[in-house]
Amino acid sequence: MRTREGILTRSVLVAAVVASLLIILPGLAAAAGELRTMTFIPQWLPQAQFAGCYVAFEKGFYREEGIDLKILKGGPDAPAAAMLASRRADFTTMFLSEALQHREKQLPIVNIGQIMQRSGFILVAKKGRGINKPADLNQKKVSLWPNFQVQPQAFFRKYGLSVKTVVQGATVNLFLRGGVDAASAMWYNEYHTIINAGVNEDELTTFFFDQHGLNFPEDGIYVLKETYERDPEGCCRFARATRKGWEYAFAHPEEALDVVMKYINAAHTGGNRVHQRWMLTRMKDLIQPGDARDRIGILNPGDYAAVAGALQKSGLIKTVIPLDEFYVPCLEKH
Amino acid sequence: MSLFILTAAAVIFIAAFGYSSYYFRNQILANVEKNAEAVTMATVSKIEVVLGGVEKVPSFLARNLQGGRPTLPSLQKQIIDLLQTNPEIFGSAVAYEPFAFDKKSMYFAPYICRGGYGGLVPSFLGGEDYQYFFLDWYQIPKELGKAVWSEPYFDEGAGNIMMSTYSVPFYNFKEGEKVFTGIVTADISLEWLKEIIEKLTPHQAGYSFLISRNGVFVSHPDKDYIMRESIFSIAEANQDASLREIGRDMLRGGKGFVTLNRHFAGQKAWMYYAPLPSLGWSIGLVFPEEKLFAGISRLKVVILGIGGAGFLALLVVIFVISGTITKPLRILADKAGEIARGNLEVEVPPVRSHDEVEVLSHSFKNMQVALKEYIANLAETTAAKERIESELKIARTIQMSFLPKRFPPFPEKEEFEIFAALEPAKEVGGDLYDFFLIDDEHVFFSIGDVSGKGVPAALFMAVTKTLIKGIASQAVFPSLALEQVNQELCKDNESSMFVTVCCGILNFRTGELLFSNAGHNLPVVIHAAGAVDWLNSPEGFLLGVMEDAHYETLRLKLNPGDTLILYTDGVTEAMNDRKEFFTDQALLRTLAACQERDPEALVAGVMKAVKEFAGPEPQSDDITVLALRYRGR
Repeated sequence: MRTREGILTRSVLVAAVVASLLIILPGLAAAAGELRTMTFIPQWLPQAQFAGCYVAFEKGFYREEGIDLKILKGGPDAPAAAMLASRRADFTTMFLSEALQHREKQLPIVNIGQIMQRSGFILVAKKGRGINKPADLNQKKVSLWPNFQVQPQAFFRKYGLSVKTVVQGATVNLFLRGGVDAASAMWYNEYHTIINAGVNEDELTTFFFDQHGLNFPEDGIYVLKETYERDPEGCCRFARATRKGWEYAFAHPEEALDVVMKYINAAHTGGNRVHQRWMLTRMKDLIQPGDARDRIGILNPGDYAAVAGALQKSGLIKTVIPLDEFYVPCLEKH
Repeated sequence: MSLFILTAAAVIFIAAFGYSSYYFRNQILANVEKNAEAVTMATVSKIEVVLGGVEKVPSFLARNLQGGRPTLPSLQKQIIDLLQTNPEIFGSAVAYEPFAFDKKSMYFAPYICRGGYGGLVPSFLGGEDYQYFFLDWYQIPKELGKAVWSEPYFDEGAGNIMMSTYSVPFYNFKEGEKVFTGIVTADISLEWLKEIIEKLTPHQAGYSFLISRNGVFVSHPDKDYIMRESIFSIAEANQDASLREIGRDMLRGGKGFVTLNRHFAGQKAWMYYAPLPSLGWSIGLVFPEEKLFAGISRLKVVILGIGGAGFLALLVVIFVISGTITKPLRILADKAGEIARGNLEVEVPPVRSHDEVEVLSHSFKNMQVALKEYIANLAETTAAKERIESELKIARTIQMSFLPKRFPPFPEKEEFEIFAALEPAKEVGGDLYDFFLIDDEHVFFSIGDVSGKGVPAALFMAVTKTLIKGIASQAVFPSLALEQVNQELCKDNESSMFVTVCCGILNFRTGELLFSNAGHNLPVVIHAAGAVDWLNSPEGFLLGVMEDAHYETLRLKLNPGDTLILYTDGVTEAMNDRKEFFTDQALLRTLAACQERDPEALVAGVMKAVKEFAGPEPQSDDITVLALRYRGR
């Protein structure tokens, strides 16, 4: 329990130091020459969810695009939106639905590349509790992440379910111990954690939101609008290098896993390679769901409208801003 | 043979070796399982005692809190007391539901833990950054409504040691209804537990590990596994479905003794596992086969060494024994070869082995002796036979010397010519012929055939010829001569032999011929004119059977140029290879066909015809032909 406090204080300290450096560095870089100094913070702790960025960095793809990038350690102590708002990072990743809500809350961010095309968000339930189809969730206890309720609530509405919700913490242990009947999970992460705790896949029922008309594509690359306007070319270069990193990671998964494990070990966040391998494989399913030749990073107007519409309907945003004010198609032109 | 014995011995050895290995192996496994179980059970109960003690403390506090809301100082006092009396507890908190302790504060959770220098450090948990309601230690017991141990975690504040928290929910009663109020926790270090687990298995025998309820390694000799890998991640990385099943059974609280695939312990290994019931965790004791069966491996080497040496010894013994068994046999085989080549004098070495070989050797010797005797007998018999044969030959020569062989016999007599030939069969036969002058005008001639063959026939022939010559030289009529000869032969004829004879007396001055026949073939007459005919002489009974037999005399007159042919049945009954007789007709035809009419040519013609007819068929009887030609004055 002191753990959390300890991490927090230390991380805040680190972040402060990094931030002060960042304020000084751009000026130095500008003086030095061609390389743009930029900072990226992933929205969560190091894991294969961000393999593309780590690989692009390790393979020098950012440098090839003229970017001298710093990657900060993300996680609960360094919320992505706050890091952008405080100018401590130039780029971050966010779920589309989160980004729309931040935009509504006067955080002027723009999407310069929609990495994920398919939602990895699922509900997972134990068949042993008699849950096999959406209707079986009625009157059941389901744990939900506080920040990610739109999709599940829309799902419950869609099937007219009355569900007892419980706040879901950082682990799936409540679900594993039987404290809830169903839990929220990312297919690429918590779902595999459950499998890796000894529950067999055939003992589980999964509800993929995208299969129930609730495809909220998740990770996209975001920058402050002002950052983009100051250096649109640099921002698009970052997006392109990131895309190249993903393409390389999918083509060389074991090499990509080496890179990811390196970051995980450096951050002392634990996690094993098997889990990261699962995650990287799932990332490919979510980033290139149809065809491997699909271009990575395009925000589908239909998806945008659906997500924005759902948020508006649930009162999380009031207005839907036009797509071209929210999205810069950096990865469509090249 | 040696190969067969060796193979059989090898099979038996391998079977015995295999079985003993198998037996020892099972024995060792059974022992290991038994020991592992005993040690584990003892350890588990020891751990359970400690954990049970820890569990009691927050449970007691939780029960106290059920009564009502204490003041903060008294609550802190209770926590301090708890820590002071239970040194194994590192820290303890009482965390309340939002606004449950104080209507104004969302978070209320006094927490006291041990500080760096043995003192106790009080603090409060909760805040925007630490919403303890959503943490496992709080949420799981709350939702389950029962006390639980948390998954292990590293506590940085306590020096990065591994801890687990025991959380007990407590309730209050509002209007008779049970309302969840908060959680009492007790944190304990897991270092002592890890130490106990590590000591569970002697280092040289293998290792032990501990996994949490999620299958995560809490204790493992590979530090990289701890809190990072789970038994299921190892199973998935190696695609080992059986390991996953073992892991599931461990988490279900199962017990067992199982084999593990190579990747888990770096080599094939056995594992005993048993649960830690209060934590819901599981202990595994891993025994690498190599170490487990090190004793067996040494034993195997020794047994194989002994077996190999024994095998070599067996090989030598078999060769020696088979050599001693087969040596006399080989000698016997050599000797048999020599005997087969005719050397009966070969020395057969004596065998004293008191077995079949000795019997065989003995039989062999007996056979050699018997063969020698047989061959000696054979030689004797052959000698006897040869002697008899030579005697028979001599008898034959003597017999033949009885017969007149000088031709012409009477060169001064121009009135007739006479010629005879006897072609003897291989055996001594009984044919005879004779002729002599009785006086100046009469010549006696005869031909005969004794029944049977061999020496008796020859002797009987000699007797007959002598008798005929003695009697006929004074006889006037051939029939009377035959009667007298018959009477003489019948006397004391115990051998019951008989003889056919025909004879005649020719007055070569007049051509008158007196002729008599005693059961012999009819003579042939070749008339001077050329006709060939039978001489129809009266038939008479053969000589030597009936003492009072009477014979007739035929009287006829020969014309000059007539020729009389007498012969024995050796002519007419000569056989060819188709077993056909020469026959009387053939004789007549032969005689008629003869160009020259002098007796010698006629006899030669008949002989030649018979020989040609018989071909390669051996002659079975004497062949005798006599020709008498009357020339007249």
